[in-house]
Amino acid sequence: MIAINRRDILISGAFLWLFAVVGTTLVALTEFTTADAIIENERQVLLRNLYALLPADRLDNDIASDTLELPAASLLGTESISTAYRARMQGKPVAVIFNSVAPDGYNGKIHLLVGVNIDASLAGVRVIKHAETPGLGDGIEIRKSPWIRSFDGKSLDNPETDGWRVKRDGGEFDQLTGATITPRAIIAAVRNTLLYYRQNADMIFE
Amino acid sequence: MTSNSEITRNGLWGNNVALVQLLGLCPLLAVTSTVVNGIGLGIATLITLVLSNTIVSLIRGFVRKEVRLPVFVLIIASLVTIIELAMKALFYDLYLVLGIFIPLIVTNCAIIGRAEGFASRNPVGPAAVDGLMMGLGFLVVLALLGGLREIIGFGTLFANAELMFGEGAQALTITLNPDYSGFLLAVLPPGAFFGLAILIVAKNWIDLRPAEKPETVTPVAEGA
Repeated sequence: MIAINRRDILISGAFLWLFAVVGTTLVALTEFTTADAIIENERQVLLRNLYALLPADRLDNDIASDTLELPAASLLGTESISTAYRARMQGKPVAVIFNSVAPDGYNGKIHLLVGVNIDASLAGVRVIKHAETPGLGDGIEIRKSPWIRSFDGKSLDNPETDGWRVKRDGGEFDQLTGATITPRAIIAAVRNTLLYYRQNADMIFE
Repeated sequence: MTSNSEITRNGLWGNNVALVQLLGLCPLLAVTSTVVNGIGLGIATLITLVLSNTIVSLIRGFVRKEVRLPVFVLIIASLVTIIELAMKALFYDLYLVLGIFIPLIVTNCAIIGRAEGFASRNPVGPAAVDGLMMGLGFLVVLALLGGLREIIGFGTLFANAELMFGEGAQALTITLNPDYSGFLLAVLPPGAFFGLAILIVAKNWIDLRPAEKPETVTPVAEGA
């Protein structure tokens, strides 16, 4: 039977507190030292994703900073504020890139970057986050298959409304071998983004 | 006191974290779909093990028995957070690929296991070596399983090497057969279990083999 007296408890508590302080201080120091590098890294990844949709020769502004905060919108699939990135050339609007969400992926939400040119045609689409099945639904990643390129240049008139489905449903878009739900979700989300753009075009570049 | 060579043999083989102690299996199974991912997490775990064992051994004289486990957890959690921040700053793409499994190193039972089971009872030197060898043993299994699953699942080796070794390392990627359509099972979780089972069987088979050889009697030459 070990007798634990008040003094022992206080000393133990003090030790725990001491280690907590030292640990937290070291973590805070590291955070401070690495903060700038991390922000720069995140910016680089963002720029890489944005330039994948809009080659650098189409714009001359700092697209990563020319942002617009959009409120939650069901057409964008977003439940909270999302950021849109605006591209300009010599001051004139060229395109806008939306952060859209396809809520009905096979395995949850799929996060997209949708680039819309000023003439309402698609500059392109890229998937930035998803949980679809490897080998089946993950063909939506550009690394795995060129499928996502099938959106380049499309618009709400090209194809017409009925064309905005997978071929199996009578539309014009290929599905992926063994995966139909995933392409369906993305086609719907991209079309919705185009609809959002049509409804809000004047607000975006005001 | 255990000798360094005993510690080494234990950590790499006899008491290997993944193949014998069967600890840290969650990250092991999840990140070993490619060699590069496995090695990346293995190095992070190795660094954590060495540092945590060293620190625990250093403070073993003054940490109060009653709070030693919370103190160990504090140390390990601080270390892993620091390592995670360092990875975010220096190896951002690899950090994105490994994702949640970097902070999950804190929950790797091998680390607190060695802290409580070895580092808190041994001097700094042996504790550090133990951390290094246990970490190396884990890293080797991560790399082996990653290689196995990558070759069978994708037909490549060292894909995405540039995530860890820089742009020039893209040349390191070996594609064994460009037309290989891949074997999905190896990439998914069941494949990880099968792969680990194969490695454990292989190790046990190697361990048991010499005992089966019959004792041969070597004739001794007579005379001078």
